[in-house]
Amino acid sequence: MTQGEPTVELRRVTLGYGGFIAVKDVDLTVPTGTFVTLLGPSGCGKTTILRAIAGLVPALGGEIIIKGRRVNDVPIHKRNIGLVFQNYALFPHKTVFDNVAFGLKYRGVDKAAIEKRVKRALDVVRLPGVESKLPSELSGGQQQRIALARAVVIEPDVLLLDEPLSALDANLREEMRVELKSIQRTLGITTIFVTHDQEEALALSDCVVVMDHGRIEQAGAPEEVYRWPASRFVADFLGQSNLLPGQIIDVANSGATVRLSGGGEILVRNGAGAQLGQAVETVIRAHRVMVRPPGHETGPNLFDGRVQSVAYLGGMAAYVIEGEIGVHAINTIDRQIFREGDRVQVSIAPEDCVLLDDKGLRIGH
Amino acid sequence: MRVTRALNEKSLPIIRYQQLNCIADRFAARIANNASPKNIKNIMSDALTVAERRRPWLLLAPTLITLAVLMVIPMIIMFTYSFHVYLGNGRDQPDFYLGNWAEFFTDGYYHYGIWQTARIAAITTVMCALMGYPAAYCIAMSRFRRKWMLLLLLILPFWISFIIRTLSWIHILGEQGAINATLRWLGLISEPIPMLYNEGSVIMGMIHFLLPYMILNVYVSLEGIDRNLVSAARTLGCTAWQAFREVTLPLSLPGLAAGCLLCFVLAAGSYVTPLILGGPSNFLFGNLVFDAVMAELNWPMGATLSMVLLILLGAIAAIYSRYMGLSRIYKGLSR
Repeated sequence: MTQGEPTVELRRVTLGYGGFIAVKDVDLTVPTGTFVTLLGPSGCGKTTILRAIAGLVPALGGEIIIKGRRVNDVPIHKRNIGLVFQNYALFPHKTVFDNVAFGLKYRGVDKAAIEKRVKRALDVVRLPGVESKLPSELSGGQQQRIALARAVVIEPDVLLLDEPLSALDANLREEMRVELKSIQRTLGITTIFVTHDQEEALALSDCVVVMDHGRIEQAGAPEEVYRWPASRFVADFLGQSNLLPGQIIDVANSGATVRLSGGGEILVRNGAGAQLGQAVETVIRAHRVMVRPPGHETGPNLFDGRVQSVAYLGGMAAYVIEGEIGVHAINTIDRQIFREGDRVQVSIAPEDCVLLDDKGLRIGH
Repeated sequence: MRVTRALNEKSLPIIRYQQLNCIADRFAARIANNASPKNIKNIMSDALTVAERRRPWLLLAPTLITLAVLMVIPMIIMFTYSFHVYLGNGRDQPDFYLGNWAEFFTDGYYHYGIWQTARIAAITTVMCALMGYPAAYCIAMSRFRRKWMLLLLLILPFWISFIIRTLSWIHILGEQGAINATLRWLGLISEPIPMLYNEGSVIMGMIHFLLPYMILNVYVSLEGIDRNLVSAARTLGCTAWQAFREVTLPLSLPGLAAGCLLCFVLAAGSYVTPLILGGPSNFLFGNLVFDAVMAELNWPMGATLSMVLLILLGAIAAIYSRYMGLSRIYKGLSR
């Protein structure tokens, strides 16, 4: 991640319309050249933030700063922004050339330069030679590329993407995801991406900002957000997690021990700050719950169990385990897949557990 | 009993859907087996059973019969009437007589009538467009929750008889009308201003009854425009006005054009408004037809003039549909 002068900064920004507050007191810093994703369920305020940066939604409070300039009162057309819409929003009555050239025309670029830059932009999105077509003559994926070309050709300070992949079918989405990332890398353009698809967010971003109810729950690198959820919401929303309620019964240097309400005791390495007797929830990613044949491993956090149900996912299998501890597990199938009723041993590394307090916030770190 | 009926009504769409699927499957199977493009048309008609092919005609039948009996046949009779000889005193005789048409082509009075009709209809249309577009824009962009009420207000005048609406202008523009009375009461004038029975009052009356048609047409096309397009134009560097000119206006042109066509044809075909609100010289072509038939009882000449008006307005509609049908705007919208 390039750490430099931030391109976009939000300082205690509040947004809303018609008496409804969509976003409250949000702080956000987007360093130059990075790919930042706003991730959250629909209605969490992520699109509103994007539209506020573009100037389509006025800020009720706080400051929006682009390249060191406060833009709260700068009209939309004077902010140098590239915005790609979920439904592409290509001008249906203009050819591809006129669509891509649109922003350049209003920036007073001369004709010869416009032609050169449009051609280059179409090359970047790998759609050369479609200049004279109308948007309706192109497929959904192609229209999406044109929308991207139209947004990047003006060399915006920041590229804003509003769920640009959600209208594409699954295969195309995967392909466009890879392409989007490589285009962003090639151009080195600062990008803010809005999505409700966590896979997209984790795959594309330098930084993931998880949002809920108009507030930022956690911001950080994808690995960090995934491994160390800062709150119950993040743990629950991102990936599949086991949330096991319990009580701290021992605190030592090596970690805290939790007695789980459902039975069993579990050692947690990252529990600095946990109080003896405190009610907690232990978060364990389903992918980090290891299901092995009985007697396979030694160490802390070993539980005997039985496979209650199994779902075959191709390279992976999802298990529901009952016994000493009741958990969900998603494991790579290496040699054998466990069947319903098989006796197994469950092992959970103490490093893979995160503790949440009674307010749903992470303890420690 | 009631329950079964409700059930049947509910299941009806599902059955139709299944039928459609069934037809689609039959298409697919035949196209897969026999996929030369030449054959596809045959396949499409083959795939439908006789009953299915008959169904659209059955559904269309009431309309087609009504149109034939009340429109096509009377017009053919009218057309034959234009070749009858007028004997005077409301009597005529069937013949193949070209005198009525010759009179139309040689008499400058009729040509002036066409010119005046075109001019007044054009002025009315332009005024309707200028007044209707902003109104339609306001309704379409309004954040008012009960938009249907705004549209209802637009249609409200239609609940009052057209004749009464037209006559009401006499009470507004007349010598003793609202405007003159107010001005006189204020002492601004001593003699009433003549505002009635001239071209202005005719155009005013026609705008009054045509404006809703214009507004509704423009409104529908404005409603269909994706709001994101304007936002996209704004982020690309347009001011609000430039975005309107680049996006909203061109994309609403089909609606504006449809509204203009409707206004022009309805204005050019009207005769009641000039009859009530116009002076002796403010006649439209429709008034010439009215005079020929009602005043002179000269049905053959009236029929000839009616056919002329029909052909002229039909030609305008045909030119419109050809031009708009081929236009890029339409193509752009038809995705």
